[in-house]
Amino acid sequence: MPKIQEILKGAAAIAKGMSVTIQEMMNPIITDDYPDAPPVFQERYRGLHVLQRDDNGLEKCVACFLCSAACPVQCIYIEAADNTEQERISGGERYAAVYNIDYSRCIFCGYCVEACPTDAITHGHGFELASFNTSTLIYRKEQLLAPLPEGATGKVKLDHPVAVGDGGH
Amino acid sequence: MNFYLLTLIKMALTALVLLTCCAYAVWVERKVLAHIQLRPGPYRVGPHGLLQPLADLIKLLTKEGIVPSYANPFFYLLAPFLAVALALTAIVVIPFTPEFELFGVRTAIGLTDLNIGILFLLALSSLGVYGIAIGGWASNNKYSLMGSLRSSAQMVSYELPLAMAIVSPLLLVNTLNLREIVELQNGFHFGLLPKWNVFASPVPQALGFVIFLIAAFAETNRVPFDLPEAESELVAGFHTEYSSMMFASFFMAEYANIITICCVATVLFLGGWHPLWPAEYGSDLVPVVLLAAAGLMLLFHAAQAARRRKWDRFTFPVFGVLLLGLAPVFLIPVLKPVLIPFFWFVAKAGFLVFVFIWIRGTLPRYRYDQLMRFAWTFLFPLSLANLLVTGLVVALAG
Repeated sequence: MPKIQEILKGAAAIAKGMSVTIQEMMNPIITDDYPDAPPVFQERYRGLHVLQRDDNGLEKCVACFLCSAACPVQCIYIEAADNTEQERISGGERYAAVYNIDYSRCIFCGYCVEACPTDAITHGHGFELASFNTSTLIYRKEQLLAPLPEGATGKVKLDHPVAVGDGGH
Repeated sequence: MNFYLLTLIKMALTALVLLTCCAYAVWVERKVLAHIQLRPGPYRVGPHGLLQPLADLIKLLTKEGIVPSYANPFFYLLAPFLAVALALTAIVVIPFTPEFELFGVRTAIGLTDLNIGILFLLALSSLGVYGIAIGGWASNNKYSLMGSLRSSAQMVSYELPLAMAIVSPLLLVNTLNLREIVELQNGFHFGLLPKWNVFASPVPQALGFVIFLIAAFAETNRVPFDLPEAESELVAGFHTEYSSMMFASFFMAEYANIITICCVATVLFLGGWHPLWPAEYGSDLVPVVLLAAAGLMLLFHAAQAARRRKWDRFTFPVFGVLLLGLAPVFLIPVLKPVLIPFFWFVAKAGFLVFVFIWIRGTLPRYRYDQLMRFAWTFLFPLSLANLLVTGLVVALAG
C-alpha cells in the first residue's frame, strides 16, 4: 500500500509540474525586443557614465580626484585646471581640463559615483560600447558630459573680476 | 495508375514531408521551450523564426566535416548514416489514412502494408542502437564512448517494457498489421467514447499507454532519460566529435525517431485516424473550425498585436488568409475521405510530439542508477503485470 501511495504521489507531482509549465507557456514573454526596440532599464542600471552639469550649465566636476582614487581598476584619468576670473567652467574652484574613462578597464562597479562629493559623475543607461578598436574605448570628457540645458553656454564669462577663491589668483 | 509510379510519388512525398516535419519539430521544440521559459525563442530568421530550420541546414552543410585523427574512419562515417537511415525507414509501415479512391486511383497515405508491421518497427528500433553505439566507439573519445555505453544499456533495457506494452493491445486486436490494428479500433462505446485501445472494452490499455510513453522517452533518448547526451557530464555524449552533416544526421535521426514513435503510439493506442467523437456530432468540422479560428486570430493580431515585430504587418494577414483559405478545403466532399482521417492522425501524433517537448520543459534528468532501477524494478514488472491481466481477461472473455 505505501508503495502505491508513493507512485500516486510521484504521478501527482509530475502532473503538478506539467501544469506549472503549461501555465508559464501561456504567460506573455518578458524578453525585450532589443535590436528592434530600445531596451527597458531599471533606474539604477549602471551604464556609460554621464558627467552632470548644474542648472546654469556649469560642470559639476571640481577635479577633486576622489573618483579616480576610489576606482578599483584605475580607469579614470583627470587633469585639473583652475577656473579663471574671466572664464568659469565648473561651479567650484577647479575644473577637470581632461577627464578620461578607459572603458576597456572599467568594471561598472559604481564606486566613482559613490565617491563623488558633488554628484558630478553618474551612471547613465548607455551600454552599446562594443568596438573593433580598443583605443576608441577611452572616452573623453566631451563624450561623457551631459548635454547643455536650454539657453546655457556652459561657461560663465565675467566682465569684471570677481574673487573665486585662492585658486583664481 | 501504374503501381510503380504511384509508389514513387508516395515515397517522394513521404520523404519530403517527414524531413520537413523533422526540421520544423526542432523549430516547434525551441519555440515551446522558449515560451515555457518566458522567452520568444527563434524569431530573427524569417517571420517568427519560421526560416530558422533552413538557416540551420545551410549552416550545417557549409561546416567542415572533421574526422578525428585516431578515430576509425569507416565506422565513424557509417554510424550517422546508419542512425538516420534506420530512423527514416521506420515511417514506411505507418498507415496514415484508410484506403480511399481519388480521381479513379485507389490508394492510402502510407507506403507499405506489412502483415508484420509491428515486428518490423521493433526490429528497426533495436537496430537504431547500433548507430549510436558504433558512433561513440569509433570516435575514440572517452565522452563519446561513455555516452554510447549508456545509450546502449538504456535502449536495450527500455526495449523490454516497450515491447511488453505493445504486446497487450496486440492481444486485444489479434493482428500484427498496423492498418488492421487501426481498423479494429473503429466505433464508439455508448455512441460516444471511442473504441481506441486506451479505452478498449475488456481491459482498457491506459496503463499500457503510459508504460509505452515512458519507454518511448527512453528509446528516443529524450529528457528525462537523455543520459547519453547529458551535456553537463559528457560534453555531448556519443556525438561529441561529430560536425557538419554527420552531426545533422544524428540530430535528424533523433527527431525522426520521435515522430515515428508518436505515430506508433497513435496507431496502437489512440485509434490512428479515428475521430475523438462520432461524425454525427460534428467531428468532421473540427479541422475547419480550428483552421478558421487560427486564421481569424492572426487577422485580429495583424490589426492589434500585443507585441509588434517588423514583419508582422505582412506575415500575419498573409498567414491568416492562407489558413482561412485552407479551412473550406476540409469541406470538399471528394477530398473529405482523405483529409479528415489524415487530420485526426496528425492531430494525435502532433499532440504526442508536443507532450515530448512539454515533458522536456518540465522534468530534470535522472541519474544513471535511478534510470536503470526504474526500468528493471518498476517499469518491467508493471508491464508484465499489465500483460498478464490483459492476457487473462482476453482468454476468459474470448
